[in-house]
Amino acid sequence: MELQTLTYIVVGLTFALYMGIAVWARAGSTKEFYVAGGGINPVANGMATAADWMSAASFISMAGLIAFMGYGGSVFLMGWTGGFVLLAMLLAPYLRKYGKFTVPEFIGDRFYSKTARIVAVVCLIICSVTYVIGQMKGIGVAFSRFLEVSYDVGLLIGMFIVFFYAVLGGMKGITYTQIAQFCVLILAYTIPAIFISLNLTGNPIPQLGLGSTIVGSDVYLLDRLDQVVGELGFAEYTTQARLSTVNMFAYTMSLMIGTAGLPHVIIRFFTVPKVKDARASAFWALIFISILYTTAPAVAGMARLNLISTIEPTAGENLVYDERPQWFKNWETTGLLEFEDKNGDGKILYTADPAKNEMVKIDRDIMVLANPEIAQLPNWVIALVAAGGLAAALSTAAGLLLAISSAVSHDLLKGVIAPDITEKQELMASRIAMAAAIAGAGYLGFNPPDFAAGTVALAFGLAASSIFPALMMGIFSKRINKEGAITGMVAGITVTLLYVFQHKGIMFVPGTSFLGDLPANWFLGIEPNAFGVVGAVVNFSIAYVVSMMTSEPPQEVQDLVEHIRVPSGVEEAHDH
Amino acid sequence: MAFKSEDDAKAYWKENVGIMIKLLIVWFVVSFGCGILFVEELNAIKIGGYKLGFWFAQQGAIYSFVILTLVYAKLMASLDRKYGVDDE
Repeated sequence: MELQTLTYIVVGLTFALYMGIAVWARAGSTKEFYVAGGGINPVANGMATAADWMSAASFISMAGLIAFMGYGGSVFLMGWTGGFVLLAMLLAPYLRKYGKFTVPEFIGDRFYSKTARIVAVVCLIICSVTYVIGQMKGIGVAFSRFLEVSYDVGLLIGMFIVFFYAVLGGMKGITYTQIAQFCVLILAYTIPAIFISLNLTGNPIPQLGLGSTIVGSDVYLLDRLDQVVGELGFAEYTTQARLSTVNMFAYTMSLMIGTAGLPHVIIRFFTVPKVKDARASAFWALIFISILYTTAPAVAGMARLNLISTIEPTAGENLVYDERPQWFKNWETTGLLEFEDKNGDGKILYTADPAKNEMVKIDRDIMVLANPEIAQLPNWVIALVAAGGLAAALSTAAGLLLAISSAVSHDLLKGVIAPDITEKQELMASRIAMAAAIAGAGYLGFNPPDFAAGTVALAFGLAASSIFPALMMGIFSKRINKEGAITGMVAGITVTLLYVFQHKGIMFVPGTSFLGDLPANWFLGIEPNAFGVVGAVVNFSIAYVVSMMTSEPPQEVQDLVEHIRVPSGVEEAHDH
Repeated sequence: MAFKSEDDAKAYWKENVGIMIKLLIVWFVVSFGCGILFVEELNAIKIGGYKLGFWFAQQGAIYSFVILTLVYAKLMASLDRKYGVDDE
């Protein structure tokens, strides 16, 4: 069957499934809308959390990043999984015991202050909005590349689907669609990887294939990869560090604590019945996530090797441009691959030297998107990759939109502006907030701001420097008071934002960076994206010092801390 | 609260924090230790085609994280039972 038709059918079927779930899982109360009724099985929640967490960036971009960064790309692998260990041990069980609907609500109660709650809402909205822009772009891009509809039409279709199940079903609808989306995306990721690993190494398990020998030889794949990238003048794949050891350390730590502090992930743990389910859920989520995260480095290494051996089949014998394979032509038309015959010999020269290199553009996303074609897999696999990319973007977008809309309807409206509204009115308000959030995210998807590219990293920096420390201190210390928490959050965010802006420009506007983007000016050689951990240290220190200089929290707040530290007597997530 | 005494509550929290710290030390060693700080030393050892430090950074740390969250859930469940604060 024609690839185009097949892709329409596969994507159409998955969308029909999501819509069916939306109709079946409508929300009838605020509890269903915010926490899916609070009775989700921990394994099911683990799956939903995995889909919630793995975004368009994880699915489409990460393997490509690692393919070109080699060992340095490990910061993403360790950072984006290690955060779940922190979440499982430091936050999730206690926040579940506390048993309310949102993250700012905990911060507001624990620090007995509406100001603290509002500061938390602001941090949450900045993190989640910056993050959601990336998902919206992912939806538009996936549509335009695989279904040959324009970016704008693709984005509109995506918005309509999310609108349908998120407005109708809230967290309940989102949970069940995320479970379906996890199944789609993990199949779409692993099937091509298995085929490629089989082709290259004869081992069907990609995680083992990466450590195996190449078919028909006794040379290890990674040794071969180190050798060929070396011959082209690139750094050795398995030892190429990201700038410096200090920078890799800071980057990994920032991503870990940022991951643990992202509200759209935390609220997933409010949907399970008990504290022990929250602990179990974190384990299940990590199992499901690790399937993709341990496959990604294999995809990365193998795709890089495949790309090089296509361009230079035997050392010194480069591919004649006119004889390039079909997939090469396909991706040239999308602009993701670009060739320029600099020396005019009609052959493709790929080298680390920018003056001689003729592969002037190799978009890193191509490593996942073109993988099935490079490995000459059947058309249905390519169609599945399209559906998988869309599932990854849609599931993360929905989770983020719920975090944003519940902060608006529950924390701002019900918590601060109009505490007297009835549950029915609040449910209506939460649906309106969700619709508005989708419209807002869609607008930003149509008109991505200049700073969009830098924003996902910024979201991690902000979550790491504001939300994670506030939550952790709220649970593990009885002495941190409202003055400490508020000044800590504000200081953490300010330091992180200033550092990013002074190197990358204010709101990423070029030319407004007052120190220039010069590694020489970096504090301890830490790149701006890796600075969240420094912001977190500032937050912790300031919160501690200010708390010690001011009076201790009232007795009922100290009792609340005692209460959340004990698993028994948990009530289902509730309102009052 | 379901503790028999104030002392029980204190002992429970102390054991809880103890479990957490031990597991977080492992978390740190497998990722920041084996994957970043001592990666060069470990790379001298090879397992199949993998240099060991590289393997920790791209595979081993992640497997360890999965095991850590499982062990944590199991240990905490038995701690809850010991103090009679499990939710059954």
